Amino acid sequence: MIVVVCVKQIPDPADPGALDPDTKTLKRDVKLILDESDSYGVEMGLQLVDAAGEGEVRLVSMVPNSEVSGLRTALAMGAESAVLVSDEALAGSDALSTAKVLAAAIRRCEPDLVLTGTESSDGYTGTVPAQVAELMDLPSVTFAKEIAVADGVATVKRQTEDGYDEIECSLPAVVSVTAGVVEPRYPSFKGIMAAKNKPVDEVDLAALGIDPGTVGWAGAGQEITDIAEAPAREAGEVIVDEGDAHERILAFLDDLKIL
Amino acid sequence: MSQSTATYPRQPSSFLSEDHETFRQTVASFVEREIRPNVDAWERDGQCDRELYRKAGAAGLLGLRYDEAYGGANLDFMATCVLAEELAKGDSIGTAVALMAQSEFALAILADEATDAQKEAFMAPAIAGELIGAIGVSEPGAGSDVAAITTRARRDGGDYVISGQKTFISNGTRADFITLAVRTGEAGPKGISLVIFPTDTPGFEVGRRLDKLGARASDTGELFFDECRIPATNLVGEEGHGLRYILSHFGGERLVIAAFAVGIMERLIELGLDYANEREAFGGPIMGFQTWRHRFAEMATRLEATRLLAHQAARLLSDKDPAGDIAVSMAKLHAADAVQSVAAEILQLHGGFGQMEESPIPRYYRDVAGFSIGAGTSEIMRELIARALV
Repeated sequence: MIVVVCVKQIPDPADPGALDPDTKTLKRDVKLILDESDSYGVEMGLQLVDAAGEGEVRLVSMVPNSEVSGLRTALAMGAESAVLVSDEALAGSDALSTAKVLAAAIRRCEPDLVLTGTESSDGYTGTVPAQVAELMDLPSVTFAKEIAVADGVATVKRQTEDGYDEIECSLPAVVSVTAGVVEPRYPSFKGIMAAKNKPVDEVDLAALGIDPGTVGWAGAGQEITDIAEAPAREAGEVIVDEGDAHERILAFLDDLKIL
Repeated sequence: MSQSTATYPRQPSSFLSEDHETFRQTVASFVEREIRPNVDAWERDGQCDRELYRKAGAAGLLGLRYDEAYGGANLDFMATCVLAEELAKGDSIGTAVALMAQSEFALAILADEATDAQKEAFMAPAIAGELIGAIGVSEPGAGSDVAAITTRARRDGGDYVISGQKTFISNGTRADFITLAVRTGEAGPKGISLVIFPTDTPGFEVGRRLDKLGARASDTGELFFDECRIPATNLVGEEGHGLRYILSHFGGERLVIAAFAVGIMERLIELGLDYANEREAFGGPIMGFQTWRHRFAEMATRLEATRLLAHQAARLLSDKDPAGDIAVSMAKLHAADAVQSVAAEILQLHGGFGQMEESPIPRYYRDVAGFSIGAGTSEIMRELIARALV
């Protein structure tokens, strides 16, 4: 079973990032790391391949600048190979352009299953997985907490506000994996060393048959019109117990629709 | 449990490769996810969660230097240094000790001297984190003077029958097996052997969990052996060679302590920088005062000197260079002194806040007190270094 996992390389969220006032997007001229929210897809893929007893996890990613350090982390976890779409023209790509490029790269991998995160930790559009599925004319299942594969069918527990739906769909399919549903393995030293020798197939847009004018800044169908400072956090509400604190806490949680 | 926002600008080490630095990230995230959120509870309970061994085993942290056939990674002491430096930043040296007392102290001798069957039975499951191991040498009457141990192993047919007492044994209260120093022969250095002692052997008893000044999440035990019968096939290497095995493997333990000190100093300096930049006195942050700026400069220099000594020792030990023993003694001697002085400085910097148990500072201050004692005292380190000079 070939499981393709889409992974994004992002600036380390632990470092204070900065927005470029000209493009109104995150500055990305720093060392990039594997987006943690994608590590769940990688782990899920590895577990599915283990369960199937055959096959491998292949990674698909895109960057404007040949960066591979985040991919190496996922390869060190156990993925076997990667396709990296690297092209200067990719800078400024919006969600749909991203989906177009990823879909073209995924096709080269001939997947039985495509896994993604639910959203990236730097862009947060959360739309790419469904767009990839649509472009590839594949079933789309989102917010998976569990996936089982048997006889060409994926059975997915899809998280909802109240619990989960159980969904069956034919394969190949594109499934987005909710963060936190599996425990991503740590890349071991052996894995780190092995990752250096795993193939990363770097391709440009021309190789995928994509016109550079249709992606990146040139092809963006969406525009960021303004950026503003996040509002400061407001002071919390202090509940002093006068015998009814439990009721007031319940009411507070009820207002938040947590109960 | 506080996160530091300052990042210490670590000097690049010419001893480490890019792989080591990537591995550092693995250990750092292991510490962030699996250790630091739990250490307050583990310090209170007097031991870390047993499950931590399994997680560390799954992450490949427990067998770095050992044969791949037993689940190891076939690396050298440079990887050990990186592991120990990062584990030490989890705000609980006890937890770091608990893991490395297994991976480095209990297993190192087995890796070199045990039979394949012994490795299969004890080392492989310990590397996987399924068994907990300890090394049992110290006794109430034998600390630095290892050759004075009296725990007796009497040969009886195909068995050894062991009677005696051990103390200050890290992981001792719950180890599944102990790499145990016993007297099989005459008094003095030539009568000592090592055996692998399974702790489910009848006659074995754990006294009490010792209540220590520091490293409180590492369980430390008093152990009693009353006519404990184990198969003679549990002998490690040759009879009468135990002391040599112990002394020739002390290097790894001492290196681990030095590398712990490096990690702790990084963490303390980061916590100190956070505080010194935020805390205001007399109209400005206290980092503005030259007295503290210069003391930070001193601390950073001590840290880097310790790192260089430790990495140099790790290189020499890995290469089995005879100079390694002296290098690691120097590294440990210097490390203990440096980390104790840095812990005292950072405690001083924090004033009244540093006295508060909700900060990790007092814990580190207590934890490093034992660094000039464990794995060979500073007095023994000086003696070993002096012997090479005269």
